[in-house]
Amino acid sequence: MIRDVTFGQFFPGKSLLHKLDARVKILLVATFIVIIFIASNYISLAITLFSIFFAMILSKIPIKTYLKSIKMITILVLATSLLNIFYGEGTPLFNIGFITITKEGINNSIFVAARLIMLVIVSSLLTLTTLPTDLTDAIERIISPLKLFKVKTHEISMMMTIALRFIPTLIEETDKIMNAQKARGADIESGNLIQRIRALVPILIPLFVSAFKRAYDLAIAMECRCYNGGDGRSRMKILKVGTIDYFAIIFVLIILILVLLLNIKLPVTMR
Amino acid sequence: MSVIKVEDLSYVYGKGTPSEKVAIDKINLEVKKGEFIGLIGHTGSGKSTFIKHLNGLLKPSKGNVYIDGENIWDNSSKIRNLRFKVGLVFQYPEYQLFEDTVYKDIEFGPINMGLSENDRKKRVKMAADFVGLEYGLLEKSPFELSGGEKRKAAIAGVISMDPDILILDEPTAGLDPRGKDEFLNHIKRYHKERKNTIIWVSHSMEDIAMISDRVIVMNKGKVVMFDSTKNVFFRDKELEKMGLRIPQITRIMSRLKDNGFDIDSGILTVDQAVNEILRYLKRREID
Ligand SMILES: Nc1ncnc2c1ncn2[C@@H]1O[C@H](COP(=O)(O)OP(=O)(O)OP(=O)(O)O)[C@@H](O)[C@H]1O
Ligand SMILES: [Mg+2]
Repeated sequence: MIRDVTFGQFFPGKSLLHKLDARVKILLVATFIVIIFIASNYISLAITLFSIFFAMILSKIPIKTYLKSIKMITILVLATSLLNIFYGEGTPLFNIGFITITKEGINNSIFVAARLIMLVIVSSLLTLTTLPTDLTDAIERIISPLKLFKVKTHEISMMMTIALRFIPTLIEETDKIMNAQKARGADIESGNLIQRIRALVPILIPLFVSAFKRAYDLAIAMECRCYNGGDGRSRMKILKVGTIDYFAIIFVLIILILVLLLNIKLPVTMR
Repeated sequence: MSVIKVEDLSYVYGKGTPSEKVAIDKINLEVKKGEFIGLIGHTGSGKSTFIKHLNGLLKPSKGNVYIDGENIWDNSSKIRNLRFKVGLVFQYPEYQLFEDTVYKDIEFGPINMGLSENDRKKRVKMAADFVGLEYGLLEKSPFELSGGEKRKAAIAGVISMDPDILILDEPTAGLDPRGKDEFLNHIKRYHKERKNTIIWVSHSMEDIAMISDRVIVMNKGKVVMFDSTKNVFFRDKELEKMGLRIPQITRIMSRLKDNGFDIDSGILTVDQAVNEILRYLKRREID
């Protein structure tokens, strides 16, 4: 069912990760993405993997939820790592027909797969443990220096808030419309490509109609409450950096330094 | 044989997430062919969830659903055919309209059934008649219709499949009183002519009293009563505890009886009440 899309959906909870300040979390996740890409030998890869696993446990979210996000990219992971196996240069190990499998090729495909999976998990860690409103609020604060260059930071974050806010609504709406058309015998699951695309029409049209109506209603509702942009707006929830945030920052910095050092000390397996 | 048989049916939303919710809980019931069933229950009692099981839109977490004696999940490739047999009209069904004319939209179900153009034409006319939709509107865009007309068009879109079992989820919610009465009469006529089985979900006790043979009462995911309309509305104290009530006219009549008037208290509609009171007055004149 379409409701099973977990990527980017908040998972309510009270874990340490849920309590972290959203700005800190965003910056730490960004750092972690850097770590994932600079980890270039198996030991640093293992350290990264282990610390991500540690964070997953800290989040107190069932592993199943993460597996679902990974499932969505299985094909991508398989395809890219398969392509990398055939990456020709290096020490040949064995031949399949005219294709030579090299040690470097195997290393590459392992790294690519691991990196993709870790990327998905790290970004899921952020979205699963952070309320969408906190997330956009934090982004607004992070990009606020851009105001100096006349970038409308508040408007950008308001648009993101609204978009995120309406993802679940749209999913629910799609589900409802799909059910109604299925009840009239619409066949969405079978047929060739053209038939399948045509089968989407009865779902997409009502979806667009209602999305436009919603947008229009929302605009009116906002105007009725005198919304006029970001100037002078106060906040209901003030973001605050506390002790656990400092601990988290230290933890991630240690891993960053560790990985950097290992890169210098050990031979590079994959760039 | 019963057309619908439900055995130990349970459904859980969001299994394994923190928002896990048992929406219906061990439902057992049987519906006979040609019955007009009313389904009532407080908001969130699981009515919509229950009816989605009858045409296979939801797969039971536990238990079985039999339609015409066949377990619908025995052969899941037949589910699509089941949906032509069990027509389901959703709550606020207007959003399902998508074609550029009302005619084509009503035709959507019959096209999916693979009917010939001639048959489809008959079906559309038949469905428009039954819901009371003027032929003039058929060539209009569904998005140009009024709210009530859209509702009729959407319901016609299900009736056009000529289902053996028709399930309507609050079809009269949001209609004006006249439109509501009209629609009730149309469906009554439809039921009389087609002799199919109908399940009608409603929050209006008056509608339920007027139209159904038997009534299912749901509370917190369980079926707590399933009996003839009269018997269900006899149990007014229990119903009130579940946030439901009996039709106003039934209450008035039972009060009158409590106050010593010798009348039948199992009255369900205003017409019946008028007859009963007239009868009573006549009897008193004679005495
Ligand atoms: N898609 C869903 N995901 C999670 N929970 C749901 C979902 N749909 C319904 N529920 C929950 O299941 C319960 C039963 O809902 P249902 O829609 O069947 O009630 P209902 O009797 O039709 O109510 P109403 O009279 O308001 O239409 C409710 O508590 C509701 O919150
Ligand atoms: Mg409902």
